[in-house]
Amino acid sequence: MSVVSAPVPRQPATRAVLRRGLRVIWGGIRVERRPFALAVVGSVLWAAATVGTAGAIGWLTDAVIEPAVGRRSVSAADLWAIFGLLALVLAVNVVGVILRRVYATVAGFNLQARYRRGVTRQYLRLPLAWHHRHPSGQLLSNAHADVEATWQVFNPLPMAIGVIFMLLIAGGMMILVDPFLAFIGLLVFPGLFAANLVFQRAMSPRITRAQELRAEVAQVAHESFEAALVVKSMGREDEEADRFRTRTLELRDSLVEVGRTRGTFEPVIEAIPTLGTLAVLGVGTWQVAQGDLDAAQVVQMAYLFSILAFPVRALGWVLAEIPRSVVGYDRVQHVLTARGGLEFGEGRARRDGGPAASRLDGVTYRHEGEEEPALHAVDLVVPAGSTTALVGPTGSGKSTLTNLALRLVDVEGGAVTLDGADVRDLGKGEIPAVATLVPQQTFLFDDTVRNNVTLGADASDESVWAALRVAQAEGFVRALPGGLDAMIGERGGMLSGGQRQRVALARAVWRRPRLLVLDDATSAVDPSVEQAILAGLREASDGMTVLVVAYRMATITLADQVVYLEHGRVLDRGTHAELVDRCRGYADLVHAYAREAAERAAVERSEEEAR
Amino acid sequence: MSTEHHDPTSSRIGAQSELGTLATLRRGLELSPELRRGLLVTVVLAVVATLGRVIIPFVVQQVTDNGILASGGPDIAFVARAIGGAAVVVALTSVAQYFVNVRLFTSAESGLATLRMTAFRHIHDLSVLTQSTERRGSLVSRVTSDVDTISMFVQFGGLMLLISTAQIMLATVLMLVYSPLLALVVYLCFVPLVFLIRRFQPMLGRAYGVVRERVGDLLGAVSESIVGAVTIRAYGVEERTAERIDKAIEEHRAAAIRAQVRSVMAFVSGQAFAGLTTAVVLVVGTVLATRGDLSLGQLLAFLFLVNLFTQPVLMATEILNEMQNAVAGWRRVIGVVDTQADVSDPGAEGVHQERGPITVDFEDVSYAYPDGPTVLEEVTLRLEPHTRVAVVGETGSGKTTLAKLLTRLMDPSGGRVLLDGVDLRDIAFASLRRRVVLVPQEGFLFDEDLAENIRFGRPEASDDDLALAVTELGLDAWVDGLPHGLATRVGQRGESLSAGERQLVAIARAYLADPDLLVLDEATSAVDPSTEVRVQRALEGLTRGRTSVAIAHRLSTAEAADLVVVVDRGRVVELGRHADLVGRGGVYSRMHASWSSQQGSDVVAP
Ligand SMILES: Nc1ncnc2c1ncn2[C@@H]1O[C@H](COP(=O)(O)OP(=O)(O)O)[C@@H](O)[C@H]1O
Ligand SMILES: Nc1ncnc2c1ncn2[C@@H]1O[C@H](COP(=O)(O)OP(=O)(O)O)[C@@H](O)[C@H]1O
Ligand SMILES: [Mg+2]
Ligand SMILES: [Mg+2]
Repeated sequence: MSVVSAPVPRQPATRAVLRRGLRVIWGGIRVERRPFALAVVGSVLWAAATVGTAGAIGWLTDAVIEPAVGRRSVSAADLWAIFGLLALVLAVNVVGVILRRVYATVAGFNLQARYRRGVTRQYLRLPLAWHHRHPSGQLLSNAHADVEATWQVFNPLPMAIGVIFMLLIAGGMMILVDPFLAFIGLLVFPGLFAANLVFQRAMSPRITRAQELRAEVAQVAHESFEAALVVKSMGREDEEADRFRTRTLELRDSLVEVGRTRGTFEPVIEAIPTLGTLAVLGVGTWQVAQGDLDAAQVVQMAYLFSILAFPVRALGWVLAEIPRSVVGYDRVQHVLTARGGLEFGEGRARRDGGPAASRLDGVTYRHEGEEEPALHAVDLVVPAGSTTALVGPTGSGKSTLTNLALRLVDVEGGAVTLDGADVRDLGKGEIPAVATLVPQQTFLFDDTVRNNVTLGADASDESVWAALRVAQAEGFVRALPGGLDAMIGERGGMLSGGQRQRVALARAVWRRPRLLVLDDATSAVDPSVEQAILAGLREASDGMTVLVVAYRMATITLADQVVYLEHGRVLDRGTHAELVDRCRGYADLVHAYAREAAERAAVERSEEEAR
Repeated sequence: MSTEHHDPTSSRIGAQSELGTLATLRRGLELSPELRRGLLVTVVLAVVATLGRVIIPFVVQQVTDNGILASGGPDIAFVARAIGGAAVVVALTSVAQYFVNVRLFTSAESGLATLRMTAFRHIHDLSVLTQSTERRGSLVSRVTSDVDTISMFVQFGGLMLLISTAQIMLATVLMLVYSPLLALVVYLCFVPLVFLIRRFQPMLGRAYGVVRERVGDLLGAVSESIVGAVTIRAYGVEERTAERIDKAIEEHRAAAIRAQVRSVMAFVSGQAFAGLTTAVVLVVGTVLATRGDLSLGQLLAFLFLVNLFTQPVLMATEILNEMQNAVAGWRRVIGVVDTQADVSDPGAEGVHQERGPITVDFEDVSYAYPDGPTVLEEVTLRLEPHTRVAVVGETGSGKTTLAKLLTRLMDPSGGRVLLDGVDLRDIAFASLRRRVVLVPQEGFLFDEDLAENIRFGRPEASDDDLALAVTELGLDAWVDGLPHGLATRVGQRGESLSAGERQLVAIARAYLADPDLLVLDEATSAVDPSTEVRVQRALEGLTRGRTSVAIAHRLSTAEAADLVVVVDRGRVVELGRHADLVGRGGVYSRMHASWSSQQGSDVVAP
């Protein structure tokens, strides 16, 4: 089996990685200016203290310790001077490190949080078609692993900036000592730069692949865990484990490749400054022999170089993080820049409490990527206050139609209106405020019964109970430990299928919508309960227009109007009695059970007669 | 046959294992044996690389002292030799470091891959109830980001800890040689640090543990917003959902920063002690030097040793912090791996049954969900071979529970279920899953094409088998009408199909699996009546010779069954054929009356 892999466009692995990486970092810095500035201040303090420690010890040796040893006596004041100076430098160092690390962390995690909010906001904004195209596991990975990959670079970043500061000090001092020798030594930097370019180029495609595979592993895991019941009941655990193994091993290989690249780069970055030191020593010695330089200068130069060896590694860490950061950023950006959310108008829906009228005029709709439209020029009039039943074989387009009526998706041709206004002209949140859908697939939140009904709005217990009563859910909710405040598990897993449907129904009823759309919303409910629900609905549905997708006769016969759909076309409409008379497909559909019973009875009779 | 059966109360997935740090590391190594493989060679190489790094400053020292500052002017020949030698050492060090890196990455990633796979597999081995104690998104984090958390530590940390320890011991010996008194001073200065670290470590461990849990919550919340996309849009509750997600994001951010701040404090206190030690050594050393116990040169050399000592100590505190982070990730993964699978496969010891006609017995079976009331009470029931059984009852009466017990997705709290006289708990899964298949209320399709989804029932089935199954179920017309036939992709969770179509695929899948006992739990609830009747007839023909159990609200199923089982509030209240029950005036006749009244009177018998 294969996973549709992330359709994230791959950036060509260009030389621009470094430049783009710096731009990403710069963008982050601009957003988190304050914490970043504090981290840099800390880093500068730290750098100064690090250089200062060596200086302080040198100075103390010359000015205090050596004379004291010479005198063979030391005063308490001398000892305090030694201790005090070192403690002072240490204090600066500690404050610097705390500022640097804490605020680097704050900046990094603030950025992560900010981008996670951005990404998840997009998930909520983007149309359903977009969700169809993107596996959930991948979206999880975008929101977590990719955001993390983008901003992880902020951990070593302030330290690297401190290092640059150190390099500037050291470079200045070197030039003061001897420009020629400094020039030889500073050749190290073009060397580092070149090594880094090679590294970035080798690393980018590998990191890209690794992040893709991370998403795929998450995707397989997410799908497989969602399928857990089916996997178990068919005993397919081994096959699923194999599927996961394939991806995991690919991820492993890819990460080992990343490691190999990094593992090559690091020793090189580490060796270059050391080689620089050796070069300075060699050339320096030669110059001393020539009499151009005195020995102490060379020694000082070598010392300056040696204190840089470790910090330069920190610079290497930032550089090593850059490709990952760029790749993460691209993947996150792919979500953030996705277009195609529904555009909303300015119009407001009427909220006078009276029933709403819904209408579809010549509506054509094609699911994304399909050639055949799922609905062809469908006309449907649902008059205010009426009950309309939508009947049709499986896959005829009923659910598609309900989604269009509430503008969960937009038509390809024709128009959908609510109270005469094109749904595309209504403002955001207007339609849900007056029209409610109970989808065919029940979805409950991992929350309490109450919150699942009210969806977080303020509500009196009484109103919630009333809605539950209409949906025939009062009885079992009262029996739950905690009643309205009982948690019902992820997707309502602690309830039976029919109980879940009834909570979903109560959720719709509680809103007292002006248009209620029920998409086969009682399929898991037994007939007697269904009857009770329908009776309750009828009472509560004063001032409500109802569009109901149904197969069961009890529901259909309640309708003022029945619309029969087949292959995305409206074949007939009228009352139940009219349709039974003149529409063959309809009659076959609604009488299937009765005919089946009659045939069975006939067969049994003839079997008995034969005996 | 009586085997010991363990406590039937279901377990929850451990949020985190309760193991201490060392025990966690030990268990972690046990689960990822690759982490230890070839470690000796890696350590040797790492020692070489570390020695190289220590030698270089030493050579530089020599070059300056004995080369440039040589008494008779710079000794160019010596300098050249030393630099040449140093260059060779640098090259060797780099090569050694390269191999260390590659070996570490390889063993770390291999070990973690094994850990991921073990955890993944174990999650599938847990019972459905145990699985449902955690959100799916959070479960995903146990095989992804929790494992990623460990990688940094196992790549570098473990080894660096070893090397740091070695370096600390080396420095200690050298310090003792130079000046036992000053060495004692150094150690005295560091004693408080040891206590501090010991206090900090568990605090850090807890803080990182919280971070891992927040990551799980975050993924759970995000996953809910993705899977519930339709409902969220239909109800216009984007904002509330966004608030829920933001809360999870914010809690994660706060927890992450809190943990990081603690780790900074731990590190900084190490640094403070290191700095203070240098100061104290310099003070005491100066006193000693003025007394003539120590030369100035010796004092400065000793300071160099102190540095050699504090560097690895600082490194070690840093790694210990990172280790707590890794341990937090490990605890989560171990938490799931060590969760007992309460409905477990007897495996090799289990009974392997022959395929063929099947008899099912429920003996005094009771069931209560964890912390819940009893939902099935003392059900005793026999399902003969070759019978078609219909289970009917109100929603919430316990039908699905019955089906889950029958297919051993759960074990009864009391009593037993027998297949051909053998307790379900004693039958090997390989045999049980082959013989008994459940089509659940909400079937799940994979993001593959139709053929792959149907083949899930029997992976070895040929294309012809597939086509035959589709035809026999009367689904060929539907499949032919699809743009790509059996190669049509169904989308995530099958969402490119209508709900009824998804159910048809789920039935085809079970049908292809060809079990001896087929259990259908409202498997056609979203399918239109004509199609349902057609599929049901096909199934009837095909299930002749096996046992089938169908749960349905459409009583047409019951009318056709050989046995109707009426469940009411967790009890089997009626049992018999439709014809016998319908006139009895009990629960069933009421249900049937309500059902047939819905079918209308305008039925035209053919
Ligand atoms: N997201 C989708 N992408 C492609 N095709 C789809 C999608 N959703 C539904 N379809 C197809 O559109 C048709 C109508 O589906 P639907 O409206 O769900 O039918 P129903 O009448 O059973 O509710 C079906 O053939 C189905 O396969
Ligand atoms: N996972 C669960 N945890 C707790 N209670 C549950 C769980 N699943 C079902 N129940 C409860 O058990 C009872 C029987 O449920 P079920 O067997 O699913 O009923 P149905 O007859 O509708 O299939 C219901 O009251 C339901 O609330
Ligand atoms: Mg539908
Ligand atoms: Mg059920």
